[in-house]
Amino acid sequence: MSAVRLEYRNVTMRFADAGSSSTKGGVALTAVRGVSFSLHDAEVVSLIGPTGCGKSTLLNIGSGLTVPSEGAAFVDGERVVGPNAQVAFMLQKDLLLPWRTVAENVMFGVEIQGLPVKERQRRAATLLANFKLAEFSEHYPHQLSGGMRQRVALARTLAVDPHVLLLDEPFSAVDAQTRMVLQRDLAQTLKQANKTALLITHDLAEAVTLSDRVLVMSRRPGTIIGEIAIDLPHRDDPIARRRNTKFNDYVAQLMDRLDIAHVALEREAER
Amino acid sequence: MTNGAQLARIRRGTIASVGLLVVFLGAWQWGPGVLGIPPFIVPPLSSVAAEFVRAWQLYHLPLHTGVTIAEVLAGFVLGSLLGALGGYLLGMSPTAELALSPYILALQIAPKVAFAPLFILWMGFTVYPKILVAILIVFFPVMVNVLTAVRNVDPDLINLARAFKASRTQIFWRVEFPSSMPPMFAGLRIGSTLAVVGVVVGELVGGNLGLGYLLTFGEGQANTPLVFVSIVMLTLVGGIAYVAVILAERRVLHYLPARGAGREI
Repeated sequence: MSAVRLEYRNVTMRFADAGSSSTKGGVALTAVRGVSFSLHDAEVVSLIGPTGCGKSTLLNIGSGLTVPSEGAAFVDGERVVGPNAQVAFMLQKDLLLPWRTVAENVMFGVEIQGLPVKERQRRAATLLANFKLAEFSEHYPHQLSGGMRQRVALARTLAVDPHVLLLDEPFSAVDAQTRMVLQRDLAQTLKQANKTALLITHDLAEAVTLSDRVLVMSRRPGTIIGEIAIDLPHRDDPIARRRNTKFNDYVAQLMDRLDIAHVALEREAER
Repeated sequence: MTNGAQLARIRRGTIASVGLLVVFLGAWQWGPGVLGIPPFIVPPLSSVAAEFVRAWQLYHLPLHTGVTIAEVLAGFVLGSLLGALGGYLLGMSPTAELALSPYILALQIAPKVAFAPLFILWMGFTVYPKILVAILIVFFPVMVNVLTAVRNVDPDLINLARAFKASRTQIFWRVEFPSSMPPMFAGLRIGSTLAVVGVVVGELVGGNLGLGYLLTFGEGQANTPLVFVSIVMLTLVGGIAYVAVILAERRVLHYLPARGAGREI
């Protein structure tokens, strides 16, 4: 097996619970507890789990924005102590800067990292051409559709040429058809560039479509309660993968693991 | 939202606007006579126009206008710069904002024009007290808008920059500063009209220069047309300041979705 790109070692994250100030002061809320897993080079792994199980916390820890209470994340064997150039993240929000053109938005990261102007422009041009956005490079974000904006965000993420991509529900804000197109773009890009990616999603079909492996998390405090290897061909072709007869078996398997029926009943009871 | 319909609407609005102006000017010219209002209460348009020519030749109207414009400009520019600076500093230091907020609020509530006599006591019948009142009155809308803008920058946007290893300075110039531009311009628009108010109050209180002085001069002579001339000129000065801000805003905020014509005026 190839080298480990991203690893979480026994990560625990506690937050001071701001909501319970009326009760005993300083009650800690444990978001994730004792989480350990690793991603190999060029592997795409999805993380699924109920809302509030700490998936996004793990992503913030991986990108170095949050320091875990215990344990640590490692990228290429090095402990993550802060933001670093090997990791780039992308969120549900495109976070495009409205005052920058599409090309300038793609160059945002490489500009901060101080790459020469020529190289920035070259990378932006290449990525925009790959994502069929070349003719929009001088447009402003408000002139683009939601799907195009999200593709620009993906291009911006790839422009810094990270080893690891952390994707937090990147396509959950776009309509179903656009999502399929974006999934195909992402799948092809990840395959071609041999990128390692951790994908957080609520969409079980998306998890099966895009990943080599799916990790299932429990409710808070979040721990890894299951791991399913997706043994299907065509990781770079979502449409072909979805057509595979075993596709739905995997989705069903994930549904069982998440205990979705149970959760739904509980939600009803809470009302 | 077809272009043709929009154009037609703009044309209709413009025609109505011009029509209203003609009606207003007509009412001004002949209304007082018809209603039997004496000219020293409401002088007809023609006598105000005549007074304008007289003031231009005898009362140094261009000089007074120029002085007022210079004071407005100085007060507006300095007040905006200080306001923006204050907004950024407070926006980046929550502690400072917390410590200073009661005093800022008190100063904001205090009627700034009431400081005019005080400033004249301090600095005499010069242009400086007028500029200072303008600075004070422009400062707050700009500062509050910038402060709110800096506070409201999407934390995910900051995190995105941080994840790219942006320094504090880079985050400011690449994310926070540009994000604050639209609200800052909203503050500048308000400031541009308030600057005129500040300057005029200063001129009304003391000194022998500026349109505010000309206004009190006319009042002292019971020269109602001169008072009207001063008011019209002041409105003109304020209008020019406002339009200048709008034009600057259009240039700077060119990346925003097209704003409907006439919406901002």
